[in-house]
Amino acid sequence: MAKIEFTLNNKIISIDEHPNRRLLDVLRDQLLQTGVKEGCGEGECGACAVLLNGEIVNSCMVPLGNVLHKEIITIEGYRETKQYQVLKEAYSIEGAVQCGFCTPGMMIASEALLRKNPHPSDKEIRDGISGNLCRCTGYNMIIKAIKRASEEGEGLW
Amino acid sequence: MVSMIPQTLEEALELLHNDEYCIVAGGTDLLVQKRSWSSTPPAFEQSTLFIKHLSELRYIKKVGEWILIGALATLEDLLQSEHTPAIYKDALYEMASVNIRNEATIAGNIENASPAGDSLPVLYCLDAVIVLKSLHQTREVLITDYITGLRKTARKSDELITEIKIPVESFTHKRWTKVGGRKADAISKLSFVGLANILDNVVLDFRVAFGAVSPTVVRNKKIEEQYINQPLDKLKKHQQEILDAYDQLISPVDNQRSTKVYRRQVSLNILKDFIDQL
Repeated sequence: MAKIEFTLNNKIISIDEHPNRRLLDVLRDQLLQTGVKEGCGEGECGACAVLLNGEIVNSCMVPLGNVLHKEIITIEGYRETKQYQVLKEAYSIEGAVQCGFCTPGMMIASEALLRKNPHPSDKEIRDGISGNLCRCTGYNMIIKAIKRASEEGEGLW
Repeated sequence: MVSMIPQTLEEALELLHNDEYCIVAGGTDLLVQKRSWSSTPPAFEQSTLFIKHLSELRYIKKVGEWILIGALATLEDLLQSEHTPAIYKDALYEMASVNIRNEATIAGNIENASPAGDSLPVLYCLDAVIVLKSLHQTREVLITDYITGLRKTARKSDELITEIKIPVESFTHKRWTKVGGRKADAISKLSFVGLANILDNVVLDFRVAFGAVSPTVVRNKKIEEQYINQPLDKLKKHQQEILDAYDQLISPVDNQRSTKVYRRQVSLNILKDFIDQL
């Protein structure tokens, strides 16, 4: 056990946990961020994606020892932003959510992409969400949703 | 067993000098290898040493005739850097996904020494040099000598990879081919790297490496040297001989990703195609 300090959704957190633990487990079990899902547990599906210092990572592959003094945003924190509102609306209009299990990770991937590239092409969107699996929508609706969000949210990203 | 989070490289080297640790960089391979039940800590058999935050080991720069890559440069850093050789970028673009590339490091991919590590055939072909530091020593090892077997390297327990050096070179022909089950996040069934430098129908350089078809990457300088500083026609004329030579060298296996028959045939087909395109 060790005291590990980091920022979660803009609040400084200090937690006594083993540095070997997966960030995913600590977020879900200790910090009750249950929007962060465990899908495959081996980096294939992206359901556990969070932003680590603004970049998308799979929290099932990040040991707690690697987040010391870093900034983490989960879907619970992200939902407080204007960008989330635009993406949520776009996902809803385009039918980009069916069962919803991949959605938190997919929204994080959308944000990570738009942050770097506010006007992505279809190919760039496909690359940006290539680490996230959706077994319901066939991706076309998600791609349309991200495109719509990039247009409707002009100036936000 | 303990877990240490040193604040400097010096401190990390001191810890390694005094005890044995499993060194964790990005952790993207280790956390899957040591994976345990959900909510329980990964099952490391050794004390862990976390080094990912040591920013002094995260850089990519060109100095004279070398590209110097800090051990903790991430795969995404490499994909975005202007200094990364084009052939390496071709491989990086198809490695894992952005989610994983943001955390995975070059040194981690090397130290993991997986037969299917996609950096490795490229680094073999580029004659990459591994720089290792211990508390009182620094040494350099060519990657072909560094990786000694399946998941085995020449690293001593008190050493840390601190840098990867790649000679600055240019090639007239490059070929990276990865065969995997899907476009992203696929672990290679097999991979191929071909590099050549051809001027006025003379082969100035010719390099070939195969990944995932042997316990370690297959690159053979003896075969390559027979065709260097020789007419291109000679290389073309001896195509079958070259294919037969590599056929002898590779030893693919059957596993959940592919079969040995498929791996052998496709590897040789790609080599044949690479030579055809020269």
